[in-house]
Order: sequence, then structure tokens, then C-alpha cells
Amino acid sequence: MALKIVKGSIDRMFDKNLQDLVRGIRNHKEDEAKYISTCIDEIKQELKQDNIAVKSNAVCKLTYLQMLGYDVSWAAFNIVEVMSSSKFTYKRIGYLAASQCFHESTDVIMLTTNQIRKDLSSPNQYDTGVALTGLSCFVTPDLARDLANDIMTLMSHTKPYIRKKAVLIMYKVFLKYPESLRPAFPRMKEKLEDPDPGVQSAAVNVICELARRNPKNYLSLAPLFFKLMTSSTNNWVLIKIIKLFGALTPLEPRLGKKLIEPLTNLIHSTSAMSLLYECVNTVIAVVWLSVLKYLGLLAMSKILKTHPKSVQSHKDLILQCLDDKDESIRLRALDLLYGMVSKKNLMEIVKKLMLHVDKAEGTTYRDELLTKIIDICSQSNYQYITNFEWYISILVELTRLEGTRHGHLIASQMLDVAIRVKAIRAFAVAQMATLLDNAHLLTGNTQHSGICEVLYAAAWICGEFSEHLEDPMATLEAMLRPKVATLPGHIQAVYVQNAAKLFSTVLCGQEGAPADSKVAQETSQLLIDRLPVFVQSDNLEVQERASCILQLVKYIQKLQQKDVEVAEEVTALFAGELNPVAPKAQKKVPVPEGLDLDAWINEPPSGSESEDEGRKTKGKAVFAREESRHTKPRYTEVDEKELAKRREVRKAEQANNPFYIKASPSSQKVRTASSPNRQLVLWMPMSDQYVKLEEERRQKNKADRKKDKKKRREKGRQRRGDSGPESEEDITPAHMVDIVTEEMPENALPINSSLTSRCITDVCDIQGNLHDGSQVVVSVIFENKCDSFIKSMEFNVMDSLNSKLQRPEGAGPHDSLTVPFHLPPGISSEARFIFSVQSIVMPQKLKGTLTFIVKDSSTHEKLDFKLHFTCTSYLITTPCYSDAYAKLLESGDLKGSSLKLEGINQPFHHLLARICFHHHFSVVERIDSCASMYSRSIQGHHVCLLVKTADQTVSIDAKCDEPGLLRNVLDEIKLTFSQC
Amino acid sequence: MQFMLLFSRQGKLRLQKWYVPLSDKEKKKITRELVQTVLARKPKMCSFLEWRDLKVVYKRYASLYFCCAIENQDNELITLEIIHRYVELLDKYFGSVCELDIIFNFEKAYFILDEFLLGGEAQDTSKKNVLKAIEQADLLQENRPRQFFFLSAQLTTEKPL
Repeated sequence: MALKIVKGSIDRMFDKNLQDLVRGIRNHKEDEAKYISTCIDEIKQELKQDNIAVKSNAVCKLTYLQMLGYDVSWAAFNIVEVMSSSKFTYKRIGYLAASQCFHESTDVIMLTTNQIRKDLSSPNQYDTGVALTGLSCFVTPDLARDLANDIMTLMSHTKPYIRKKAVLIMYKVFLKYPESLRPAFPRMKEKLEDPDPGVQSAAVNVICELARRNPKNYLSLAPLFFKLMTSSTNNWVLIKIIKLFGALTPLEPRLGKKLIEPLTNLIHSTSAMSLLYECVNTVIAVVWLSVLKYLGLLAMSKILKTHPKSVQSHKDLILQCLDDKDESIRLRALDLLYGMVSKKNLMEIVKKLMLHVDKAEGTTYRDELLTKIIDICSQSNYQYITNFEWYISILVELTRLEGTRHGHLIASQMLDVAIRVKAIRAFAVAQMATLLDNAHLLTGNTQHSGICEVLYAAAWICGEFSEHLEDPMATLEAMLRPKVATLPGHIQAVYVQNAAKLFSTVLCGQEGAPADSKVAQETSQLLIDRLPVFVQSDNLEVQERASCILQLVKYIQKLQQKDVEVAEEVTALFAGELNPVAPKAQKKVPVPEGLDLDAWINEPPSGSESEDEGRKTKGKAVFAREESRHTKPRYTEVDEKELAKRREVRKAEQANNPFYIKASPSSQKVRTASSPNRQLVLWMPMSDQYVKLEEERRQKNKADRKKDKKKRREKGRQRRGDSGPESEEDITPAHMVDIVTEEMPENALPINSSLTSRCITDVCDIQGNLHDGSQVVVSVIFENKCDSFIKSMEFNVMDSLNSKLQRPEGAGPHDSLTVPFHLPPGISSEARFIFSVQSIVMPQKLKGTLTFIVKDSSTHEKLDFKLHFTCTSYLITTPCYSDAYAKLLESGDLKGSSLKLEGINQPFHHLLARICFHHHFSVVERIDSCASMYSRSIQGHHVCLLVKTADQTVSIDAKCDEPGLLRNVLDEIKLTFSQC
Repeated sequence: MQFMLLFSRQGKLRLQKWYVPLSDKEKKKITRELVQTVLARKPKMCSFLEWRDLKVVYKRYASLYFCCAIENQDNELITLEIIHRYVELLDKYFGSVCELDIIFNFEKAYFILDEFLLGGEAQDTSKKNVLKAIEQADLLQENRPRQFFFLSAQLTTEKPL
């Protein structure tokens, strides 16, 4: 016996076990199929042996191969053999293999019945368990029939482990052998109250699944389930029960009401998403209350804002809601439709809405529909309308609504479309003519109904665009019907005026044919006959127009009788087309030469004014200016020089004022060379406190500047390189980036004329592009300071890895850009260049050259410069509220750094103003000698500063989500203060 | 639940459990189709998809996809929880489970699954109970193949002596 075991063991040594097989397959990736076929041969050999251990090992391997897709049905009998082993180890493998490989058509299953029965009644619960598990996978109707009783007995087994398995497998048995349900059901029901929660949940599972297939039979269990639902805390069980109720409620509506409370409780209390989801599912299925519908629509409108596409797919559902009895639901649905419209579905949606308009009862809702239709169509400047003829006909259809209040809305739409869409005019005019002809239908019995407003539009369109009328005479006739006199006054007025326009058109047509002078006279006679009604109108406007036109027509008739051709002259009365004017059209009108709209008519007094500026709003500023006019005599004595000086000071103040929004660089620059000017001033509200310290700062600056200026004036003459007019110089602190103009040594210049021909460049602005965090715009001003004409300027910068000059497509990476203008002597002009910047963390210096031709000498000259991109120049002054600021700091995403500045003896507010101004920060909050400041980079980094001062020492604690950027900004701040 | 599939990122099937009787051919077809569909989906996409008349719930753990097919009225979220519970069970049993554990001990993975789900329904919601049952059953399984092999290896080395 012992020997046999040893022998078996030795044999086994040469066998592959499962692990070896898996490893082998993994090692034979290239020839897997071949390897496996040898393995299968081995397995076949193994299966032939008597040793059950070897067999079960082989079966185990087969199970694995089966998963890989190999056919193992030939080994079915061997699997049964292993299943039948008395050892749990092998039995387990055998049942596993069976559950994976057997299906209903596996014929050996029949042979297993007795074996399974034996296992089910095994004293070892795990034998039973393994058998039940296996059976659940390969149970056939035959097996179900034969074993139903055995399993049913197991449902009352002493061990809960067996009970729960038996309960669950009963479901499979019911499916395969429905006859077993009736005898088994009482016991199943008992299990709902089993002391073991596992068995209980298994029973709930089974009954819920059964009830879903046939809910009717399970209604009687509702109270029991209700009790379970309110007592159970097991989410898995709860989900099943709630699902069951979802199936039951349609059969028993009373359940729905009863369920609301426990369901709402669950919804509020549970933290499990899956349970919540199930509750909501059931609530929706069970209690389809209008409230839910309403809430659903409301939620959809929220989703619409962020995910329009996902809502659009529910268009039909939303359209259905328009049929709802409840008006508030209908209105919600309308709101939703407004946001869902697209070019594609507009016509469809409006068509549906029109149907609803016809059906709608009650004018309020119908009016609401009407306005919504118009809103939907006209939104975003008629963005979604592809066919305006369709829209006009919709509008005309809408006029058929009786008793609507929104006639004027339709009218204004008609006017708007007819005026703005030229192509549609002929169609619109035809439609309007019909409208006019059928005016009696509109006015009908209700004279004061709002719909007659559309006649206003119709008359105007027909008159103004009368050249499109097919039969102007008929329309003219329609417009002069006596009934018109019953219309509201303002409409009559339009009728009269446009009748005159029509008259001119009619005359034109009639005088073309020479023989028709009679007809023309008759036309005049028509007017003369009909107009007196209007002359007697009680409306002043109508009266005035009518009598005026009447006299005119009488005069025309007189001329006609003398055979004078009048048509042309009459037409001249209404010549010229009325065109729509876009709100921004004024901007396109060029300012006449010599007119400087920004120049002061009277220079405002500078002394008291700055105080006003800060405190007063725009409206008050106007008032202040008027005041200055009154006191004008006092200032007339101020001489030119003084004025110039004041201007300087003002400019400097503006430049140093962080709250002063400078005009766009281009407008500023164009004017640099011109005489004194004023920039557009926009005042931002700021606190009084801040105004005051700003004021003090300015006073000081003023004093400084006076000194400074004197010095410069002396120097300026000597030094050639002094750039630009002084005013320009004073603003330099505002330049975010300076170009260092590298001066050419005099003797290095090839041609002597270059000594005087010098193109001074001065960069005024580097602006981060807010919309694109990687773009920076550099505005460069070129000023020609020599006496010759400069042309063919080419601008080039050596790109670095980080910053690149954006060149037009097709240009090589080193090509220079042509500056798009020539410079006559003494003129300066601005060009803009776009740079793409990858990282904004480091400051950058880019070397560049400017080449140009001086016309007189026609030689190429070259000027080198450096472009300095500081980190500061990537910051954008962004206001920040203190609560948002606090939140930002709390978020913990920001990294800190700090800076100490010693020996700063300027007042704290000067210091703040300097940081604001030079480094584009804004003050968030200031308390005594402590202030918080904020700025943002073009790539969205937040930079926060906390500035404190004590005894000439300033400490700055800074936080930023990009430590590198922060370090550099702090360095730059330090530099700013070391320079002063 | 109709079936559960475990497959790797490369599309290799690691485990399959069918709770509905289907022929091998059908199973293969379904598996191929589903593996392709699921693998084609981006990581940010929803874990649920409608497939034929079923709903497919899948979740990826490391390199392994767990994919279940459920009926239309079934709760997707609870299915996700079932998947997660199964992963937890595997994790407890193997001790930080990895794909290789499941490949080399695939029969164990099946045993655990069978203790957890029966006929496609969760049979026990308690992790403890499931693991206890597995451990007990493992105890019954005397002489595990590995040990057996070592024993025999010792015998062979002794043999020449």
C-alpha cells in the first residue's frame, strides 16, 4: 500500500500540475497551440490512469484549457468520475470542471443524478455545498425534476450555509421545472423570516426575482416585505425589496402612497449610492407624480446649461410634457425647449409648438406659447433660422390668434426680419399685402385686440418696400378703406404715411405707359376721396399727416391735369432706402482729420481735480468739468508753459495710478507725437481711504518729477539716445517690458548719414493674451528721429526654446517679419508682434535685430535690441474679493516663499501702490501696516502676497501655485525697490 | 446576473462564470465581442453599457477587467458593488491579489466566486462568512498538490542513496 502511494507520487512528479501548465503556456507564447496540443495529449494519458489524484489534476488542467477556448467535451465522463470521488479535494475539482464545461446538451449529465443526490445528503456540509454550487450552473430540467425534493429538504437543513444555498438554487430549479414552485413556495416564504440573515436575503432574492416575472401572484406578500423593508438595514436586501415593490405597485396603486414615506426616508438617510439609485428608480416608476415631472424638467434645464447634447436626445419626451394638464409643467417644458433648439430641429420644434398653439386653451398659456415661439426663433440674432420665408409664414400664422396681447411682438419681428433680411423682402411684402387685404379678419369684432398691431408692421413694410408689390394699386386701395379709421391712431398714421409711399410707386408704374394719364389721375382722385376721413381723425398725428398728404396729392393732381410728369418727383419724396444700423456702426465711421475727440475743449484745473476724480463717478465728472468752465477766468492767466507742466504731471499720475485703465496701446501710441491730448478715462470705484493715499503719493511724485525733468532737459540735448518725447519717458514705468536699445557705437556706423538717421524703438506693452495662456503680445513703437524716410523695416528675434516669435505660416523659423509701414521723418508708429511662450516661470531676454533702409542713402542698416520678458509681465492685474482670497489660501494648493526688504523709508501706501503698479497686483485688503494683494498669471497661476511693514523693514510673504514663478516675481519686486 | 468575465488588458480571458446555459460557441462569441467592446472604451467613460438586451457593468482593477452582464431591470450600482466585494474577497484570500494569483490559482478564484455568488445571485453579503466557508473547505482538502509535489521531490532526491 505504502509502496503504491510512493509510486503514485513518483508518477506525479513527472506530471504537470496546473501551475506548471500555466507557466508552460506563458513560456511558449510563440507556439502556444502546439504546446497545448502536446499538453492535451499528456492529459489524455493521465486520464487513462487509475489514480484519482492524477485524474483530478488532469481535469483541473482541462478546466483551464476550456477557458482558453479549447474543446474539452470529450472528457465529460472523466469529469463525472472526478466528481464522484469520495475525497473533497477531487470532488471540488470535479464539480468545478462540471460547472464550467457542462451545459444542457451534455449527455453525461444524466449519469450524475444519483451522485449529486448522494452528495446533497452527505454529512459533510461542504460536499453538499459543492454539489449545490455545481448544480446551479448545469441544472437541466431533468435534474431539476429529479432533485427538486432533495433540494427542498435542504432548505430546512440545520446549517444556514446549506439553507441559503438551497434557497438560491431553488430559483434555478423553478425556472427549469416550474411545477416545483407550488409545493416549494410555502417553505420559501418561511425562509423570508429565517433567523440567519444570509438565508433571509437569499429568500428575498429569489422571491423578488420570481415576482419580477409574475408580480400578480406575490401581491399577498406585500405586507411582509413592507415589514422587512422598514426593519432591514442590509442594503443588498433593501434594494431587492424596493425593486419588488416597483413591480408590485402598478398592480396595487394604494401601495404607492404607502411607499412614499419609507422611500423618502431611505433616500434621505442612505449613504449607499446603489440603494439611493434604486429608491429613485422605484419612486419614478411607482409614483409618477407631476411634482417629479416638474422637478425632472427643472433638473434637465440645469443639465442643459452644461451638457446640451444629453438633453437634446429627450426632445420628444419634453414635447410630450407640453400636453400635460398642469400648466406649470408645460411652462417648464417650454423653457427647456428654448435652450434645446438647434438649426436642425428648430422647424420641427416650432411646428409642434404651433400645433399646441392651436390646441391651447386660455389666453395666458397661449400667449406664453406665442412669446416662446418668437423667443426661440429670434434667439441669438436668428442664429437657428435657416429659412426666413418659413419664419415669416410662421409669424403670419401667429396673427390668426385671437385675443393675444402680443401683437406688437409679432409686428416688431416682422419689421426686424423684413428690414434686415433683404432677400426676404419680396416674400414678406407679398405676405403683408395679403394681411392688409384681410385686415378685417384681424380686427374682427374685437377692435382693441392687440393683434391689429401687426397691421402697423404690414402697412409699413408694404409702403417702404412697395417696389416688391405685385399689385400696388390693390394694396393702396386696401389701405384706404374706411374701416381703417377704426384702428388705433398710431396705426392709422402709419397707414396714411405709407399710402403716400404706395401712391408714388403706383404713379411710377402708371406713368410708364403714356396712354394712362387718366388712370394716374384716378389714383390721385382715390386718395383725394379717401383721405378726408383721416383728416377728421381725432388723433393729431393722423390728422397732421393726412392733411399734409391730401394737399400734396391735390397739387399733384393739378399738375397731372396739365400733363406734367410728376412720378419722378413724387418718388423723390421717399427716395433712399432705410437701412438697419448696427449698434456698433458708429465705431466704423472714421473720425475726420484734425478732429481730436479726446482733446479737452477747456483744460480742466489740475489742482482740485484729482480729488474729484477718485470720488466722483463718471456722471459727476461731467459736472466737475462744467464747474471748471464757470471758473474759467481764473485759469486763463496760466501760461502755456504752466499748462504743459500740468499736463506732464497729469500723465505721470495717470501712468502711476494702478486704477487708471490706459487706453489701448495703439491709440495711445499714435498720438505720442501729436500735441497735448487726453486719454479716455474710466474710473473704477475705489475706497476713500485708498484715494487719499494715492493722493499723497501723487503729490510727492509731482515734486520729484519737477526736479527730475529739469535734469533731463539739460541732458536730453546732449544724449542722442534719449528716446521719445518726454511724456513718453514719464510713462516708461508702465511699460511691462523694456527693450534695451543697444546703441551702435558711432564709429562703427558704415555711413555717416546714419548718425542722424536713427530709428528709436521703444516697447510699450507686453500683454498676456487672456484667452490663450501661451501667447504674449508685444507692442513696439518705432519712431523715426532722423530727417529721412525710413522703409522696409524688418523685425527679427532669435527664438529661444521657450519663447518664439509667431511668424506667418510658411515662414522659416529664422525669417524676419516685415513691419507693415514706412516711417516718414519724425513720425512714430506701432507694430504688434505675437510671441508664443511655453513656460512663464522664468524671465527671459530675447535678442533681436531691426533692419531698415534709409531712403536717401538706400543702404541697409541694423539695430540690435533686447526684449526683456520679466515674470511680472506675465501677471495680469485681477481683482479678488477677500472671501475668495481667503478660500484660495485655505485650499493649501499654494506654495509659500518670503522676502525681506530693509531700509525702505517710503510710506506703506507708496509701497503698495508701487507693487500694484509695477507688478500688476491688486490690493485685496489692507489693515494698518499689513496688506494682502493678489494677481494672476496669464496661465492662471494665483499669486498672493501678504505685505507687512515695521521700522523700515518690509516683509512680504507670498504664496503661489508655481514656486518658480513666485521666486522670480519676488526677485523682480526686490529689484524694483532696490532701484528707488 | 447572467455571467461574469475577468480578462486582462490584452484581452486574455482569466475567469468566466456563466449563470445561463449557453453552448461553448455562443460563449466564445459573446466573450470575444464583449472583451473588444470593453477594451475599446476610454478610462473616463462610464462603467455601464447597454449590450444586446442586457446591461454590462465593468470595472478595471489594475490590469484586470471585471465584467458582469445583468438584466435590464437590475441595479448597475449594486453590480459594481458585487464586483468590488469579489475583489475584496480575492484580496483577503490571496493577500493583495494580483493578476498572477488568479492565473495560477484559478480554481481557487472560482471557489471563492462560487461561495459568494450562486446562480448569479449574491448568496452571502458577509465577507466574513464567505471567507470562513472557503477556509473550512480548504482544510478539508488534505494534501494540497504543491506540498505533495515537494514531498515527492524529497523522495526522489533520497532515492540514489
